[in-house]
Amino acid sequence: MATYSNYILVCTGTGCRASQSEQILQNLKATVEKHGMQGDVQVLRTGCFGFCEKGPVVRMIPDNTFYTQVTPEDTQEIVEEHLIKGRQVKRLLYLNPETNEHILDSKHMNFYKRQYRIALRNCGFINPENIDEYIARNGYIALGKAVTQMTPDEVIKVIMESGLRGRGGGGFPTGLKWQITRKVQADRKYVVCNADEGDPGAFMDRSILEGDPHSIIEAMAINGYCTSANHGLVYIRAEYPLAVERLKTAIQQAKEYGLLGDNLFGTDFSFDIGIRYGAGAFVCGEETALMHSMEGLRGEATVKPPFPSESGYKGYPTNVNNVETYANIPIILLKGAEWFASIGTEKSKGTKVFALAGKVNNVGLIEVPMGTTLREVIFGIGGGIKDGKKFKAVQTGGPSGGCLTEKHLDLPIDYDNLLAAGSMMGSGGMIVMDEDDCMVAMAKFYLDFMVEESCGKCSPCRIGNKRLHEMLQKITSGKGKREDLDSLRNLAMVIKDTALCGLGQTSPNSVLSTIDNFYEEYLAHVQEQRCPAHQCCELTQYFINLEKCKGCTLCARVCPVNAISGDRKIPHAIDQQACIHCGACIEKCKFKAILVR
Amino acid sequence: MEKIHLPQCKIKELKEICERNNNDPGELINILHGAQSAVGYLPREVQEFIAAQLNIPVSQVYGVITFYSFFTMLPKGKYPISVCLGTACYVRGAEKVIQEFERQLDIKVGQTTSDGLFSLDSLRCVGACGLAPVVTVGKKVYGHVAPEKVRAILSDFYMLEE
Repeated sequence: MATYSNYILVCTGTGCRASQSEQILQNLKATVEKHGMQGDVQVLRTGCFGFCEKGPVVRMIPDNTFYTQVTPEDTQEIVEEHLIKGRQVKRLLYLNPETNEHILDSKHMNFYKRQYRIALRNCGFINPENIDEYIARNGYIALGKAVTQMTPDEVIKVIMESGLRGRGGGGFPTGLKWQITRKVQADRKYVVCNADEGDPGAFMDRSILEGDPHSIIEAMAINGYCTSANHGLVYIRAEYPLAVERLKTAIQQAKEYGLLGDNLFGTDFSFDIGIRYGAGAFVCGEETALMHSMEGLRGEATVKPPFPSESGYKGYPTNVNNVETYANIPIILLKGAEWFASIGTEKSKGTKVFALAGKVNNVGLIEVPMGTTLREVIFGIGGGIKDGKKFKAVQTGGPSGGCLTEKHLDLPIDYDNLLAAGSMMGSGGMIVMDEDDCMVAMAKFYLDFMVEESCGKCSPCRIGNKRLHEMLQKITSGKGKREDLDSLRNLAMVIKDTALCGLGQTSPNSVLSTIDNFYEEYLAHVQEQRCPAHQCCELTQYFINLEKCKGCTLCARVCPVNAISGDRKIPHAIDQQACIHCGACIEKCKFKAILVR
Repeated sequence: MEKIHLPQCKIKELKEICERNNNDPGELINILHGAQSAVGYLPREVQEFIAAQLNIPVSQVYGVITFYSFFTMLPKGKYPISVCLGTACYVRGAEKVIQEFERQLDIKVGQTTSDGLFSLDSLRCVGACGLAPVVTVGKKVYGHVAPEKVRAILSDFYMLEE
């Protein structure tokens, strides 16, 4: 590989691409060439840096300067100032909100300082479309070591001792899963990578596939070696075009390098990987449903046992692991089980990637050691709540998880603690909510999702969730009664106990956790017909304080439905029938004349 | 469902897609992905054709199409609008954005305007949560969309038509 003295890394993850990072990349290349510096400076496309809040992100190597919110117009200045004159472009540096000072490089940003990146080790460092860069960062060495120097049992032993548990949500010990599949006798076996990240608000798996696809290929091959499977399949969402594209490129390159195919590293182990596409069904993240979907059928769950490790894809023993689980495998083999087991808590080892989103200052992809507290994540890394509002709740585990509150903030995050608190690890979505969010409406939102995504096979999930949703609809529109809260809880418990698969059993979690943690808010809805967060439209009214209104017409102009009327310099009025409660008027009013009740 | 007449070239394309997948019913989802990108949607005729090619009942094809949200039996608009309803976008007000699109276009989610220009859908997480709420129109992505920005987004495309 040619060496350069300067590198410009441009994030081309989905978030930054949505803000024109491809154009930035092209402009940077053109400017570098214009100055004849292409032999000295390389402009590279990388995967997600994680700091999506301030995207698009551009990073300069070797001095690690971290430019945020770059636009295609800034590229000339970056090249001419930073590279030619050696001066940082100050206005593009990250501004520390606490001290109001510019931070020169990523190492000194609170967002990165507190993270520990294992699964994301290569994201934002390498060009995901170039296998050489992965190899240069010790890529495929673990696979080589496994197939030439270790027996499958030895590899499984390392994974077991590392304490790695499934990152897809269940938390099943990965080594044990491999061992079970290994022991089953069959003439054909499969290993599957579950990349059907259906959890709304989560983008960990996609970012790993977009930023470091080779780590998944390498890990799947290791998995194949351990379980005597020669076929790997990646089940990926068709809604992730960039991840699909990069994965395809990576598979092709690995084949060309002989790292996939027949007789890997001169041994008699052969391994190949194919791609199967999902088509937008949350339930397909469940193992049995995933198998059926890969077979071209409706993705309906079936009773376990038989487990996929006994009878999976087309009836053959199949080992399914999630993307993030796989991303941990190569480095565990390289650094050893003890190293990995030294990170995290007693029962949850290693790190976990979270997609931190919602009402938090630093939205992005983060990775922290297990046992980090929610407070550290939300206030330390996340930089606290947006617009100085008050923290209200954090939702972990996606639609199957639950809402945790202020009293849980000092809870060390691990599988067991989250479960005990009424939520779950899930795949790693973490949505932060502030005082303006109504928890009843939130429960309804998740139920809405569950009703839509239920496969319909078992009645507790198909009918039960529908009924739960109706009850919540009734409560949020002010027609609820006190008794409804008891029926809500009873039905939720029945669904939890009787549904067929993981999706159904966890579907009422959002209802149960919000009733437990925010009972007062439910009571306000059913007893006083009041929504304390002013979110539920039918329980909310906007009106204008006639004494404060100066008749400046600003609110009337900003109202998207023309619900506000009044002449200049005369107090305005809101037409309650037309008002859609969007809150645009409140934001614009300079006299605080618009009130909500 | 309305009867349409598939042009000969599309039938040929569908046949090729099926053959590329060895007419294997196990590849049905891959075949449907191919068919949808070739025809734009999956009307009854396409379903019947694929079923015959793979030698499976039409009900099975129909069952799979209706199960997965990615597949559609209705034609999309020239500019398909998708409003992200992932949790991150939801808490930042995506629902009000959808309502505003519905109001401005006078259609509901899942429908297409009568002039065939716009169709409105919701989707779950584009993965650009830093830009929430996110709206995509075709390949174009709009971030931090508020209800009052909806009119401007639509006019971008009305202008293209003029």
